[in-house]
Amino acid sequence: MRLRITFAKTEAMRYTGHLDLHRTWERTLRRARLPLAYSQGFKPHPRIVLASALPLGCTSQQEVVDIWLEKQESLSEIATRLNQAAPPGLGIIEVNEVAPNLPSLPSQLEASVYLITFLDPIPDLDSRLYQTNQAPEIPRVWRKKPYDLRALILDLQRLPDDENGCQQILVKLAAREGATGRPEEVASVLGGESSKVRIHRTELIFLELD
Amino acid sequence: MHTPQQIQSQLEAILPNVQKPGRYTGGELNQVLKEWDSVQTRLALVFPDIYDIGMSNLGLAILYDLINQRSDALAERAYNPWSDMESALRHAAIPLYSLESKHSLADFDIVAFSLPYETLYTNALNALDLAGIPLFSTERDDTHPLVIAGGHACYNPEPMHAFIDAFVVGEGEDVIQEIIDVHQRWRQSRRGRNKLLKSLATIWGVYVPSLYQAEYNPDGTFSHIEKLDEEAPLPVTKRIVAKLPPPTTNFIVPYIDTIHNRIPVEIMRGCTRGCRFCHAGMITRPVRERTVDEVVNAIEQAIQKTGYEEVGLLSLSSSDYTHVLELVNAVSQRFSEQHLSISLPSLRIESFSVELMDALKDARRGGFTLAPEAATERMREIINKPVSTEQLLETARAIYSRGWSTIKLYFMIGHPSETIEDVQAIADLCKAVLAEGRKIIGRRAQVNAGVSTFVPKPHTPFQWVPCDSFEQILAKQALLKRSLRGPGLKLTWNNPEDTMLEAWLSRGDRRMANVIYQAWKRGAKFDAWKEHFRYDLWLEAFESVGLDPTFYTHRERPIDEIFPWEHINTTVRKKFLTEDYLWSLRGKTRIDCREHCFACGILPTFADLRRANPGDVWQCPEVKSKRIPVKVIQESNVEGSVKPDLITIQ
Repeated sequence: MRLRITFAKTEAMRYTGHLDLHRTWERTLRRARLPLAYSQGFKPHPRIVLASALPLGCTSQQEVVDIWLEKQESLSEIATRLNQAAPPGLGIIEVNEVAPNLPSLPSQLEASVYLITFLDPIPDLDSRLYQTNQAPEIPRVWRKKPYDLRALILDLQRLPDDENGCQQILVKLAAREGATGRPEEVASVLGGESSKVRIHRTELIFLELD
Repeated sequence: MHTPQQIQSQLEAILPNVQKPGRYTGGELNQVLKEWDSVQTRLALVFPDIYDIGMSNLGLAILYDLINQRSDALAERAYNPWSDMESALRHAAIPLYSLESKHSLADFDIVAFSLPYETLYTNALNALDLAGIPLFSTERDDTHPLVIAGGHACYNPEPMHAFIDAFVVGEGEDVIQEIIDVHQRWRQSRRGRNKLLKSLATIWGVYVPSLYQAEYNPDGTFSHIEKLDEEAPLPVTKRIVAKLPPPTTNFIVPYIDTIHNRIPVEIMRGCTRGCRFCHAGMITRPVRERTVDEVVNAIEQAIQKTGYEEVGLLSLSSSDYTHVLELVNAVSQRFSEQHLSISLPSLRIESFSVELMDALKDARRGGFTLAPEAATERMREIINKPVSTEQLLETARAIYSRGWSTIKLYFMIGHPSETIEDVQAIADLCKAVLAEGRKIIGRRAQVNAGVSTFVPKPHTPFQWVPCDSFEQILAKQALLKRSLRGPGLKLTWNNPEDTMLEAWLSRGDRRMANVIYQAWKRGAKFDAWKEHFRYDLWLEAFESVGLDPTFYTHRERPIDEIFPWEHINTTVRKKFLTEDYLWSLRGKTRIDCREHCFACGILPTFADLRRANPGDVWQCPEVKSKRIPVKVIQESNVEGSVKPDLITIQ
């Protein structure tokens, strides 16, 4: 059976990268004694597909993963066992069964929404937001490759300050194959130094899931 | 002083800017976080290298589990930060902290280092310095933690004697509990630190270096050690557990990848083969095995708790585990549906090993590893690892025919009396193995030769022999590099600089402490890492203290030389080691000592333990020994209640 699990990646796991998260899922399934399916072949690997890599250091309240089991199990039983087996920092939100023939999660991903909190105040945040929104293009370089950040920003707006009085923005970034916006790049354009911002993914937006 | 809250909040700003921040956060599955004030004794277990290495250390995982089972104590972990994190910590004046509660190491009652190998020494100093704990024992007072260390390198504790308050010599499972007990009673007694050290010295297996003084001869060789305290034991006998306790199953599961990211289960401790170069084989006697049921149940429990996808069945010589076939069958049957990968390292060179690996259905990706250690039969007789070349080739044929395409062969250069022909034979043997592979699987066959350089270790039959000189090593490596070229062959080797450092430190004396200190002061750290190791700093350090490094490495020690580590009693007698060394010079080998007891010294020393654990709990054969008079010292210390079963042979 093909499971689609929505989960939160919180504080304790924010420094666990994509590959390690994959392995965390495999181990969680094994602890939960759920019959994880493996690919055929010389070197079988577990059938776990994460929708989207979350940048290291970010937290999230809506990550999605597809996991195949060898046998049918009741969803409530699966949810209970996963909750017990999940490590600190991985919160199970929702477990559903989906049709085995649906397209893969990464191929359906369209955008990600991030909440960015600035730990140090940025005095001209509003004007920076305005400039960013108005700019026809924002040339940036990521891993030695030049690209236009502006084209990846689908929406950018300020939110009310948080309970500690820190400024916050919400940004919707393209997340298609070969066109994925990075939230720390947006933070940087707005004047937020990497060690002085907190980034939280609030939503993954898919083309169509069913 | 930094509170855990302050450290935590400062980390927030630092972690986004360092490599692999997951090393520094703690909070992993199965971590134990106790209320700090709810216990009497708090221990920091420190592996003085990065998290990725230290998290794979089985010894510390066992101690962590055992200590945290006590309601009156807690254990937390700390590892050395990589250089980027170290700069960040120093810049922000954050002390080295424990991963669990984020307390500075200086806040702990006991800081316990694992020192399994010598190249960690400068890192241990660096860890103390990062925590603001004075490096030298003599500079620490009642406000500082007790600093202890254990692990295989501590069988020659002398190079680190100035920095460590008390060493554990031997196996830690029981002794750690006694150390905590003594510490608690000392705390209640409100006596000075010196009293604590004296009490610790009465525990079987604990060596307190400040209670002794070393004397040297005019020529710089070691003369003898003197007790400064009447009650201090001399020699200090290593600690063992008579019977292996059930294996630890409660492992912390890291969020990031580490070197051995798996469940380690020790199936057997000790080795009966008696390879003369092998430090572990000499110091971990006698051989004690766990039962198949114990191992299988431990794996079951550990999978349940950790979800790991890999199990390592660990020992010094897996093929010698009495029920190895039964174990392998039980493990592969019981866990085959769980997609576990089982590793069974340290197999002997025989086709039976191939059958074992076949039964495990271990993925053949890693290649099959064999360690002949030397390439000629003459050389293998000298080191007492007698395997015939034909047997090796036959094993290689079995490996290639069963589906492996890569064989890894481990050798050492620099064995005593090795000639350039013996080195050439390494290349020839690799090619011969490859040729067998070609016949069976064609051009897919691969041989990876790992050729390290032999470092003579204390407490072994080769403790007398000189190391190869720099030039000899380079010449031998050049020959190998020339000869082991071409498709299907790969060669890896150690830099001679790394070998020299290990060699200086392995057979060092107390004067070496100053060299270590001077090297650290000049910036030496992470000496086991290519990107950090600075040979020049070590040479400067030797120069600054007026010691000649070659005195420790290139000198052939006279057969009657007294060694600076002799007051540490591994219970393998010097008489036995001397005889074994002389045998090696004549190419005379010893068979597996389960078949025939060569009277290494284990049985008489631990006669009472052996009597209490008869049969095959120990793999030593039953030997008739006359009752040796033993004196059981029952030290009366300040607390008056510690009764170590310290046995000294008269």
